Amino acid sequence: MEVKENSNGILKRISGPVVTAVGLNAHMYDVVQVGDEQLMGEVIRIEGDKTIIQVYENTSGIRPGEPVANTGLSLSVELGPGLLTSIYDGIQRPLEVLVEKMGNFIERGVTAPGLSHEKLWEFVPVVKKGDAVVPGAVIGEVQETNILTKIMVPPRSKGGVVTDIKSGEFTIDDVVCTLDNGEEITMMQVWPVRVPRPVTEKKNPDIPLITGQRILDGLFPIAKGGTAAIPGPFGSGKTVTQQALAKWSDAQIVVYIGCGERGNEMTEVLTEFPELEDPKSGKPLMERTVLIANTSNMPVAAREASVYTGITIAEYFRDMGFDVSLMADSTSRWAEAMREISSRLEEMPGEEGYPAYLAARLSEFYERAGCVETLNHDSGSVTVIGAVSPPGGDFSEPVTQNTLRIVKCFWALDAKLSQRRHFPAINWLNSYSLYLDTLSKWYDENVSPEWNSLRVWAMEVLQKEAELQEIVQLVGSDALPDEEQITIEVARMLREIFLQQNAFDPVDTYCSMEKQFDIMKSIKTYAELAYGAQKLGVPPAKIITIAAKNDLPQVKFMKDYKEEITRINSAMGAEVGTLKEAYQR
Amino acid sequence: MKEYRTINKIAGPLVFVEKTEPVGYEELVNIVQADGTVKRGQVLDTSDDFVVVQVFESTAGIGRDSGVRFTGETIKMPVSRDMLGRILSGAGKPKDGGPEIIPEKRLDIGGAAINPYARESPADFIQTGISTIDATNTLVRGQKLPIFSGSGLPHNEIALQIARQARVPGSTEEFAVVFAAMGITKEEENQFMADFERTGALEHAVVFLNLADDPAVERIITPRLALTTAEYLAFELGYHVLVILTDMTNYCEALRQIGAAREEVPGRRGYPGYMYTDLASLYERAGLIKGLKGSVTQLSILTMPGDDITHPIPDLSGYITEGQIVVNRDLHRKGIYPPINVLPSLSRLMNNGIGEGKTRDDHKKVTDQMYAGYAEGNDLRGLVAIVGKDALSERDQRLLEFADHFENRFVRQGHDENRTIEDSLDLAWELLATLPEELLVRIDRGLIQKYHPKYRNKEA
Ligand SMILES: Nc1ncnc2c1ncn2[C@@H]1O[C@H](COP(=O)(O)OP(=O)(O)OP(=O)(O)O)[C@@H](O)[C@H]1O
Ligand SMILES: [Mg+2]
Repeated sequence: MEVKENSNGILKRISGPVVTAVGLNAHMYDVVQVGDEQLMGEVIRIEGDKTIIQVYENTSGIRPGEPVANTGLSLSVELGPGLLTSIYDGIQRPLEVLVEKMGNFIERGVTAPGLSHEKLWEFVPVVKKGDAVVPGAVIGEVQETNILTKIMVPPRSKGGVVTDIKSGEFTIDDVVCTLDNGEEITMMQVWPVRVPRPVTEKKNPDIPLITGQRILDGLFPIAKGGTAAIPGPFGSGKTVTQQALAKWSDAQIVVYIGCGERGNEMTEVLTEFPELEDPKSGKPLMERTVLIANTSNMPVAAREASVYTGITIAEYFRDMGFDVSLMADSTSRWAEAMREISSRLEEMPGEEGYPAYLAARLSEFYERAGCVETLNHDSGSVTVIGAVSPPGGDFSEPVTQNTLRIVKCFWALDAKLSQRRHFPAINWLNSYSLYLDTLSKWYDENVSPEWNSLRVWAMEVLQKEAELQEIVQLVGSDALPDEEQITIEVARMLREIFLQQNAFDPVDTYCSMEKQFDIMKSIKTYAELAYGAQKLGVPPAKIITIAAKNDLPQVKFMKDYKEEITRINSAMGAEVGTLKEAYQR
Repeated sequence: MKEYRTINKIAGPLVFVEKTEPVGYEELVNIVQADGTVKRGQVLDTSDDFVVVQVFESTAGIGRDSGVRFTGETIKMPVSRDMLGRILSGAGKPKDGGPEIIPEKRLDIGGAAINPYARESPADFIQTGISTIDATNTLVRGQKLPIFSGSGLPHNEIALQIARQARVPGSTEEFAVVFAAMGITKEEENQFMADFERTGALEHAVVFLNLADDPAVERIITPRLALTTAEYLAFELGYHVLVILTDMTNYCEALRQIGAAREEVPGRRGYPGYMYTDLASLYERAGLIKGLKGSVTQLSILTMPGDDITHPIPDLSGYITEGQIVVNRDLHRKGIYPPINVLPSLSRLMNNGIGEGKTRDDHKKVTDQMYAGYAEGNDLRGLVAIVGKDALSERDQRLLEFADHFENRFVRQGHDENRTIEDSLDLAWELLATLPEELLVRIDRGLIQKYHPKYRNKEA
């Protein structure tokens, strides 16, 4: 990175990841090089002659008196061919390159660009000499993986008429297009991470992101371009759920941010994803994925930056017209990084020591999600799904509460459920989706006209069960009226068959909308048969124990399940029919 | 080396020194008392105006007349193969009357993060011989799986039983134990040392001892010394290392004490806001590295204050580690050993280490079914207390009995009872066979046919 002249300062104080320099000519959020080893840092406060800097690398051994140099640039990412399949740290250093440069452990003082500047990419132009192009316009394409990515006129360009356009193999630094105003366009854009990339307009999302997870698609769906939070205590299933979404959701591009979490979890994604196939395209999942891994023991300042790096990359793919989904695990660790930096700055703390600007930062971040009309008048979306890790599992804490005020889906994980291995441990009574109304049309047209009413029915049964359970806790289940004993049984089937889904079973991990519908419908079929028989006086104990329905749970683990579920439906009908006859006589 | 006599403030474990030449952040400091005693510390904050030093021993005896020497380097641990069999203090000095360690290398104790790209996913099943771990919360090589316990519960016995019995079936590779005690009592120390000696484990062990009456702040470096040694043994010498850190609660108390002395804004219940990050810098030092032979497996022990799992110490630990084994007071009162409550226990890496070719094809589904049955049976106990057993349906009565069998036959085992994984899974099937078959919804038909005693015995 270049260093501006006359912008050098001297370190005055070092205390953890926050250092103070004097004599530095700097602006807020300038990237600076700290100390003899030129560690990367960012200006976060200016106070008289003092400049306060957060450093993205470990500061041990750094002394007062060492130099500080200003690059005059903001913290930015490189955007272009080569992003897909990459794994980066919080400031977009490729972890693979870091292993080559410094071995198995992350040492400091090593820089590495986000994209390879040597690699050649086949650039295929889609505009020709004389065409007028606006900022955001697509001028060419590159077959990056199995995904064809676009090369665009940068958003901050003025646009103009193409005077020269190339075709063939180029590096990301080569000029592939020239405009009449003299502007030269390469395949790479550089964008400051803290600034949202511009769009023409934000639209209301009305298409669901299909996740293959029954409880989400079925009860609490999220829209493409929507926002969701998954709060839950440790071990309740945030990461497994996020990873399931990264694997199976029908987004075209996935950005997965491991923010202050475990190293092994990122390694698992790295080993597993290349082996898995997209259920739709049949292509390896890794080819649509970008990973950001700034684990809990990597520097906190880089952890703070990691979510911005991730969302900027997501926006870049959105601008190409893709549906992108972004998972951030965990936004609480990001908030804690803010808290740690803020307390080193001796800022006046807000609630539970978090900085007063916590709520503002959270909403700015989620605001970068959305279903948009791009500058190029195409449509694209970024769906943001954030995990939240509340201390002690208590949702009343500031990060959960401030997140809830912003996001539209709330998938509440519950330790009581995870302890009994009911997975996904999403509590069906506390969770909600505010997209139900806008998405109902899509379900009507694409799944079944019956779908929306089935969902309402299932929710009613589950609600009713919760009320009945309170009575059962006092008097035992045998004391319930006949009809309600059946309700309890139907609710149990909904929970155990429909809601429970094993993320580690090769078949059950992903459930198509059609199969979701068939399973739910089959449970409803049983319910109708059961209530019908009960009205005729068949004792509930008999109805509840019919043998035919015992086979229903197995359907989840079957790839070709159609025949079996049809068989079960008619067997249930026959068995209940026999019961009815026996009691009618 | 220049010696300063410019101490102008001492507060708890912190010493403030003025008018120094530039001093590096986290540099090692030696403080020389008037009587010649040398104490070690580390720089927490450095500027032109003053330097804050955190002293790892008692500050008693340090005063304006003490000399301060900055060593110009961060704290290093001398390591060597000869450390196996040695007993060291919490600060890494020989405590067994043996010679000083002659270092093959001197390593920074801070420990850089393993690059996630260089990690290898842990997947080798470790058989501990304890059913509630092997069958239901499987430990794998390279995992960090702590024991969450309470004061007065037999966590030390469990840790020792694991250390004695743990092996990877079919493997004969070199293993080592690194044991780091932080603030444990003399009595506990004796318990560990006697067992290590009795079983000959000491030969393969490096022991670091910071006892209850040793300086509390020393506990900040003890686990770092231990983990640096473990990483050296594992990643440079190829050992499979089991690290036992006990008691992490004492470590966290020391952390809190330093935060208070620095007058920091405290986080939840007075613990520092950066405790998550600090604990992660310890717990994350476990795992495997691609292309290297050894491994670091962590089995830390922490006692939950007031048996409260939502207390910040277990809470933040649980958010970092790959699961937890929870020791429970009620089971202990019932006289059940090991009193492990499987419900809040978890091993997140279990799925990588079990199944066909590793343990057995029925392992995962059997575990799920056992959990579901025990959880439901356990809930019914509350109801029985209100409505009596007769008000329960047939199904519920069976589940209730299942919960009792589970505790008395599956959880309970002897201190030296070393069950193979097959023993544990077969025992699980025996218990599941007491339930009506249609309750076994979590197990595929095929596996039921293969392992359910009803069908197995028919074949025989
Ligand atoms: N859908 C699922 N199917 C099967 N098992 C699951 C599922 N969800 C969670 N689990 C189990 O729960 C364990 C913990 O889940 P996970 O790691 O996602 O928790 P977490 O909420 O991310 O915890 P932390 O906050 O500590 O990171 C997993 O290792 C797995 O055993
Ligand atoms: Mg997680």
